[in-house]
Amino acid sequence: MKMKTLMLGGAAFAMTATAAMAEDMTIVSWGGAYSASQKAAYHDPYAAKEGVNIINDESSAEAVAKLRAMSEAGNTTWDVVDVVAADAIRLCDEGLAMEIDADTQLADAPDGTKASVDFGDLLVSECFIPQIVYSTTFGYRKDLVGATAPTSVCSVFDTAAYPGKRSLEKRPINNMEWALMCDGVAKADVYDVLATDEGQSRAFAKLDTIKDDVIWWSAGADTPQLLADGEVIMGSTYNGRLFALIEEQKQNVGMLWDGQVFDLDGWIIPAGLSDERKARALDYVKFATDTQRLADQAKYISYGPARASSAPLVGQHATLGIDMAPHMPTDPNNAKNTLLYNYGFWADYRDDIDAKFQAWLAK
Amino acid sequence: MALPIYASPLQTAWYYGFRFICAVIFFFLIFPIMVIIPLSFNAQDFFTFTPEMLAFKAEGYSTKHYQDFFTNSDWQNALRNSLRIAPMATLLSVSFGTLAAIGLSQSHVPFRRAIMAILISPMIVPLIISAASMYFFFSRIGLQGTYMGVVLAHAVLGVPFVIITVTATLVGFDKSLTRAAANMGAGPVRTFFKIQMPLILPGVISGGLFAFITSFDEVVVVLFVGSAGQKTLPWQMFTGLREQISPTILAVATILIVVSIMLLTTLELLRRRSERLRGMSPG
Amino acid sequence: MSNTETVLASDGSSLKQSLARSLRRQKIRALLLIAPLLLFVLLTFIAPIVDMLFRSVENSIVQETLPTTVVELASWDAESGNPPSEAVFEALARDLKVAVASKSHTRLGSRLNYEQTGVSSLFRQTGRQIKKLDLEATPSFKDAFEKMNKRWLEPEVWTVLQAFSGKYTDGYFLAAADLTRGADGIEVVPEDEKIYFKLFLRTLQMSMTITIMCILLGYPIAFLLATLPLRSSNMLMILVLLPFWTSLLVRTSAWKVLLQQQGVINDFLVWAHIVADDNRLELINNVTGTVIAMTHILLPFMILPLFSVMKTIPPTYMRAAKSMGANDFTAFRRVYFPQSIPGIGAGSILVFILSIGYYITPEIVGGTKGVFISNRIAYHISSSLNWGLGAALGAILLVVVLALYWMYDKFVGIDNVKLG
Repeated sequence: MKMKTLMLGGAAFAMTATAAMAEDMTIVSWGGAYSASQKAAYHDPYAAKEGVNIINDESSAEAVAKLRAMSEAGNTTWDVVDVVAADAIRLCDEGLAMEIDADTQLADAPDGTKASVDFGDLLVSECFIPQIVYSTTFGYRKDLVGATAPTSVCSVFDTAAYPGKRSLEKRPINNMEWALMCDGVAKADVYDVLATDEGQSRAFAKLDTIKDDVIWWSAGADTPQLLADGEVIMGSTYNGRLFALIEEQKQNVGMLWDGQVFDLDGWIIPAGLSDERKARALDYVKFATDTQRLADQAKYISYGPARASSAPLVGQHATLGIDMAPHMPTDPNNAKNTLLYNYGFWADYRDDIDAKFQAWLAK
Repeated sequence: MALPIYASPLQTAWYYGFRFICAVIFFFLIFPIMVIIPLSFNAQDFFTFTPEMLAFKAEGYSTKHYQDFFTNSDWQNALRNSLRIAPMATLLSVSFGTLAAIGLSQSHVPFRRAIMAILISPMIVPLIISAASMYFFFSRIGLQGTYMGVVLAHAVLGVPFVIITVTATLVGFDKSLTRAAANMGAGPVRTFFKIQMPLILPGVISGGLFAFITSFDEVVVVLFVGSAGQKTLPWQMFTGLREQISPTILAVATILIVVSIMLLTTLELLRRRSERLRGMSPG
Repeated sequence: MSNTETVLASDGSSLKQSLARSLRRQKIRALLLIAPLLLFVLLTFIAPIVDMLFRSVENSIVQETLPTTVVELASWDAESGNPPSEAVFEALARDLKVAVASKSHTRLGSRLNYEQTGVSSLFRQTGRQIKKLDLEATPSFKDAFEKMNKRWLEPEVWTVLQAFSGKYTDGYFLAAADLTRGADGIEVVPEDEKIYFKLFLRTLQMSMTITIMCILLGYPIAFLLATLPLRSSNMLMILVLLPFWTSLLVRTSAWKVLLQQQGVINDFLVWAHIVADDNRLELINNVTGTVIAMTHILLPFMILPLFSVMKTIPPTYMRAAKSMGANDFTAFRRVYFPQSIPGIGAGSILVFILSIGYYITPEIVGGTKGVFISNRIAYHISSSLNWGLGAALGAILLVVVLALYWMYDKFVGIDNVKLG
C-alpha cells in the first residue's frame, strides 16, 4: 500500500534527522531579505571556514517567549539569536542571555581600536552585540500623494493635504512619539510628556484625528505590500524594506526620512549553553561582527553597520551595483531629524501604554 | 423536487428564484477557491489581476511562481517537513483511534459518554488554547521544537476525526458476523483481521485522510510547538502571507487545491464502497 | 430464589454468574481497547491544558525571589500610609542581593509591573545599585533605599508587594475581567484601559453574526441537496466538500486577494460602475472581512449536519400537508421547518464553538476591529509574555466553549457529529 511506504519513509527520515544533529549550529533570525543578507555575509563564509552546518530558524519575533520557555525547561536548542535591542535588554535582565565582554571577546577594528570604542554608545546592554542600525520610517506612493511630495513626518497626520489610507504599526512605540512631535511637543520633551497620563491622552487625541484612515500592520512586509497594491498612500516600515521595494522591485515609491526612529538589531548568545556550544557561538559572533563582515552585509540590505570602522568600507549593492551609502539611515542627508528608540522608557511603560493602546484601538 | 406541470406562476417563479439563490451561494462557496488558480499564473509579484491578465495576453501569465516553489529551498524544506510529519501523525492517530473506536462500539462500555467527550475534545478546544498549552508543557518535558513533539501534537488533533468516522462505520456493523466467525472457530485476532477489518476499512481510511489533512493543514499548533526544523507548508504559507510579498503562496495554494480534489475523490469512492459493503443504498 | 431452578452453563457454574463474568470480561476488553488512546489524549492534550490553566493563578515568584521580605512585610499596615519598618528594608536588601546574583529580580519586576507601572524600572535600577551596598556597614537600610530611589518610601510599591505576596493570585483573572486590586479593594480599571470585556463581547457578537449568516446561507443549500435526486445532489455536495477540504490558509489568502481595496471584488465593482474608483468599499481589515471570510470557512460545518437531518424528513409529510389543503409556504413552515430545527441547532452550536476560538483568519483579515479574544491570547503568550494573563483569558474562553460543548452533547450527542 502507498500509505505504508509513505509512513516507512517518514520514519526513516526521522531517524536520519536525529543522527545528523551533532555538528549543527542553530542561528535564529528574522527571515526574508534580512536572513538572506546574513547568510551571504556571515553564514556562508563561516560555514566554509569552519565546516559547521548552520540551521536558520526564523523565530526572532518570538525569541524572548521561546527562550524563556526553553530555559524553564532547561533545554536550550538555539546557539545564536538575532534580536532587537529592546528584546536583548529584556533577555539580559532575565538572565536568559549571557554577558559578553566586547574588548576581550570580540574582534578589534583593523586599526587596533578596541571593540567597545568602535561600537561606542550602541552597546546598550552587556549581553548585546549590535550588528546594524535600522530605522522605522515612511514610504509614500509618488503617484498617489498629489503634486507636493511629503517632506515632514507630520504629513502623516495631515489628512487634508494627503487624503487616503496610511499604514502604521499596531503598537504604541514610535506612533506615540510621532503623534506628540506633530502635536507641538519638542523632541527633547517627548518622553517626559509621554510618561504622564495627560501626555498619553494627548498622543491618543492626535492619533484619533487619523484613526479612520489607518491600516495597522504587524509584520514588516505589510507596508511594502500595501504600498505596492495601492492600498495605502503612505506607511511606516523598516527602511531596508522600503529600499527593496524602491530599488529592487522598482515600485513608484518615495522615501520620507524625516522623523525616522533609529533602533538596533544584533546578536545575543543564550545563557546556559554547554561549554562546547558556547565556545562555538562566541567564535561565530566574533567572526560575524568584525569590521569587514558588518560592512559586507550592507552590500545586500540597506541597514547601517553598527561599527564606526565599517562605515568607510560600505560599497556597492551586490547585484544592483548602486552605492549603498546614500541609502543608509545614518547618512547625514537622511539623518537630519531622527529619534533614538528609548529603551529605558519603553521597558517601564510598555505594558501600561500598550493596554491603553489596545483599548483605544478597540474603541 | 422537479417542478410539476400543474405549478402556478408563483410556484414557477419561486422554483427558479430558489435555484438562483442556491446558485449564488454555491458561487460564494467555490469562487474564492477558484480565483486563486488564474492568479497563481500572474507574471507580476502581486496579488491582483494585472491589465495584461484581464486582456488575456500571454505576457501577463507565467509559471514563475511554480518554478519558485519547486526550486526554492525554503518551500521544498517545508514540503518535506509536512510529508515527514503528517504520515507519522496519521499513523499514530489511526492505530490508537481505530482500537479505541472498536472498544467504544462494544455494547457495554462504562463511562462511555465521558470517555467520548474527552476523545473528541481536541476538535472542540480552541486551537490557540491547545497550542499554548502544548507549548508550555512540551517545553517542560523537552519535546518543544522536536519532530516527535509536533507529531504527537498533530496526532492528538487527528484523533477525533478517526473516532468519529470509524465509530460511524461500526454503527451499521452486523455483530452476528463476528459471532458466526467465533462459532466457526476463529480466534479474536483472526476474526478482527478477516471480518471486522475489511468492513471498517473504508471508515479507517477516511478517518486517516481526515487525520492526514488535519496535520497537513495545521498551522497554529506547529507555530508554537515546532521550531525551524519542523517548518511545515502551512507555516511557510503563513509566514509568506505576513512576511514576504510572495505570490508563490498562490502557486502552493493551487497545488493544495488539486491535492484536496484528489483526496475528496478518494473519500467519495470509499464512502460508496463502504455503503455497498454494508448493504446500504448508495448516497 | 429457592423455588427457581438454577440454570447451569456448560461448565457447570450458574448461568447468571457466567453471564455476569462474561459481561465483566466484555467491559474490561472494551476498556483495554480504549485505554491506549485515552492515555495518549490525557497525557498529550488534557495534561498540558490543566498545566496551562494552573499558570493563571500561579504566583510563587514573589515568595521565591523575596522570601524573608514577604514574611517581614506581612505585619505592615498598608492603611497607615507610612513606609514599612527598618526590618522590612533590611530583609529586602538581603533578598535582593541574592536575587541580583541570579538575575531573578528583574523578572519579579516585570511580574509586578503588570499590577503597577514603573515597578520594573525600580527593580532594575535598585538591582544595579544594590550590588555596591555593603550589608554589614549600612546603618539604616531605609535611608539607603531612599537614596537609591525615593519611590521606596511611597506606600504604593509596598501595597502591591503585600497584596501579591501569596503563592496563588486572582490578579490575572481580575485583569482579564478589566478589574484591578487598588488601595480600597477590587475596582474597575479606568475607562481608557478597559479592553477584555469589550473583546469577549465582540467575540461573542461576531461568532453570533457568523452563525446566523451560516444558517441563512446553509439552509437553502442543505434543503436543495436533501430534495434533489441523488445523482445531482452528490455532484453539488462536492461543491460543499471542496472548500471543506481545502486548506484554511488557502481560503484565507483567497479572501485577502478578493477583499482588498485594490482587490478583485472592488476592481469588479468599479469596472461595473457600481462604486466610484475613489470610493472603494472597505471590505478587509475590519469586522466585515472577518465575518465574510469566516462564514465561508465555517459554512460546510452548518450544511453537513443540516443536510443529514433533512435527509431523514420523509418527503411524504410535505405532500400529505399539501393534499390536506396547505399551500407550499404553510406546509414548509408548519411541517418541514419544525423537523429541521434539530439540524439548525446542531449546526449552529458547532459553528459557534469553532468560530469563537478562531485565530488565523481574524489575524490575517481582521485588522484591529475584527479580531477575536484568541488573537489577544496569542499576543500575551508570544509577545507581551504576560503568560498568566494569557492563561486566565484562555481559561475563560475554555469555560465558554466547554459549556457549549456540554450543550451540544446534551442536545445533539457527540456521536452524531457527521463529517462528509
